[in-house]
Amino acid sequence: MYAQMVKSEGMKSRDEMSPEELAFQDRIDRGEKIEPKEWMPEGYRKTLIRQIGQHAHSEIVGQLPEGNWITRAPTLERKAILLAKVQDEAGHGLYLYSAAETLGVSRDDLMEKLHSGAMKYSSIFNYPTLNWADMGAVGWLVDGAAIMNQVPLQRTSYGPYSRAMIRICKEESFHQRQGYAIMMKMAAGTPAQKEMAQDALNRFWYPSLMMFGPSDAESVHSAQSMAWKIKINTNDELRQKFVDQTVPQAHYLGLSIPDENLRWNEEKGGYDFSEPDWSEFFEVIKGNGPCNRERLGARVKAWDDGEWFREGLYAHAEKAAHRRMAATTAAE
Amino acid sequence: MNKTTEQDVSNPVEDAFVADAALAPAFFAWLCRMGDNALILGHRVSEWCGHAPALEEDIAMANTALDLIGHTQMWLGLAGEVEDKGRDADALAYLRDALQFRNLLLCELPNGDMGLTLMRQFLFDARHHLMLEWLTRSASPRVAEIAAKAVKEASYHLERSSDLVVRLGDGTEESHRRMQAAVEQLWPYVDEMFVTDAVDDAMAAAEIAPRPCDLRKEWDETVRSVFAEATLDVPGAVGFAQTGGNLGRHTEHLGYILAEMQFLQRAYPGASW
Repeated sequence: MYAQMVKSEGMKSRDEMSPEELAFQDRIDRGEKIEPKEWMPEGYRKTLIRQIGQHAHSEIVGQLPEGNWITRAPTLERKAILLAKVQDEAGHGLYLYSAAETLGVSRDDLMEKLHSGAMKYSSIFNYPTLNWADMGAVGWLVDGAAIMNQVPLQRTSYGPYSRAMIRICKEESFHQRQGYAIMMKMAAGTPAQKEMAQDALNRFWYPSLMMFGPSDAESVHSAQSMAWKIKINTNDELRQKFVDQTVPQAHYLGLSIPDENLRWNEEKGGYDFSEPDWSEFFEVIKGNGPCNRERLGARVKAWDDGEWFREGLYAHAEKAAHRRMAATTAAE
Repeated sequence: MNKTTEQDVSNPVEDAFVADAALAPAFFAWLCRMGDNALILGHRVSEWCGHAPALEEDIAMANTALDLIGHTQMWLGLAGEVEDKGRDADALAYLRDALQFRNLLLCELPNGDMGLTLMRQFLFDARHHLMLEWLTRSASPRVAEIAAKAVKEASYHLERSSDLVVRLGDGTEESHRRMQAAVEQLWPYVDEMFVTDAVDDAMAAAEIAPRPCDLRKEWDETVRSVFAEATLDVPGAVGFAQTGGNLGRHTEHLGYILAEMQFLQRAYPGASW
């Protein structure tokens, strides 16, 4: 769930829809997939670009908090697993940018919007990774929360997005298991390791709950996105599902969830839990989280420092094309 | 067929060299050279994760680092067996100090810009690939087995790094200038890749590995042909080559790499991760 608070166009009733819009909505209601060259309402296209772009940016920025521990991974195997994971994330970014490009926007345009702050990435990546157990907590909680949203999105109405999600989900669930494996090792380790594991859970619990976005009661964009099957479940449904899945996993590890109000509610068949601090969430979204400046700064620096590299490659490609053309002309 | 496969997985191939006590000190030192090159270069390459100039490069850098860490596990794992003192690949990677590291100085040099990183990779890959190709025919079946796995990846590394050296060397004025500067900066570290000492002589006598100096001619040819296409000048002979990594005499940089890499193992001795 790397897309939060994606702006959607205003919801239209059937009476307000044009014949084209009605036919489009009927296709979605029948469960048909929409493909790139087909007609779609401008609002659908724009909302998807925002959502897929935000998701892609999250994958790219998401390399940084985990990249922070690659050079300090405690064993060669852990290092290899972490490298493979970060590589997967860059790969997810690549599929998602490609999916967004089918909607008529270029990857460079999207990058520019990320760098200027016009587009966002998930709030979760603005939190620091402070000890090795964070590599476990990120896999277990952050990828766990992401999967909650991405599994239903495999059925999303836009074909290229849906297909990207199918590939991504396979890898994400693998990442989640790897993260949980680190947590098991840490929670069963020395007192110092157990302390790291609890500390990681304490710091990542509420930011993970924030990943689903604010309550739907306050989410003005949900209805249209749900009608278009760009969004499948409400934020609150997914958050509840995540809590219900994660609490027993924490108990199995012998760790405690940092929430005094957490208790099983027999009637609803789920846990009652405290809401995260939404004022903190809005501050992080605005750019005031603990790592916003560092994360975005690192991406902008990578892009700016790499300009000569990209230009060099373009220039060479042009030269090579000229040479090929000259050779063909000479042969004629 | 199935039975054989299962045996291959559970039992390493028979290799008399592994238990040869007379050969052990040289064999161990040589395996550490192979493993440490992969480990330290892998570490440097991994520093790029999330910071590369294009998404495709982020993926390629992580992939290269991952391959090199995989090679490290194989070489240092075998080194531990040859040494026979109960040290596994992790113990060798995380619990030796700089003096016991046997990697080339080239591998530990800081990344610099993407040009320097790619040039370092190319100079190394050209030698690494030649070495591994030779090793697939090693008299030691265990060495040959590792080389057979590693050479496939190393051949991809060389293809990628030589391709990028060509494209950037023959790209813009700026990219050309940076690539030529990278060559000049790294050239004093080239000769070390071909230094041949008593350890190498012992390996060559046992037909386990080639003498590095015997790889030079072919390396020169590869580099010359790639540089010609890249429109880069091959520097002349270096008056004073930087060497010593093979014997544990390193640059100032290795100590910092190890301080970072070994932090958890050193701070929490005996913990399992």
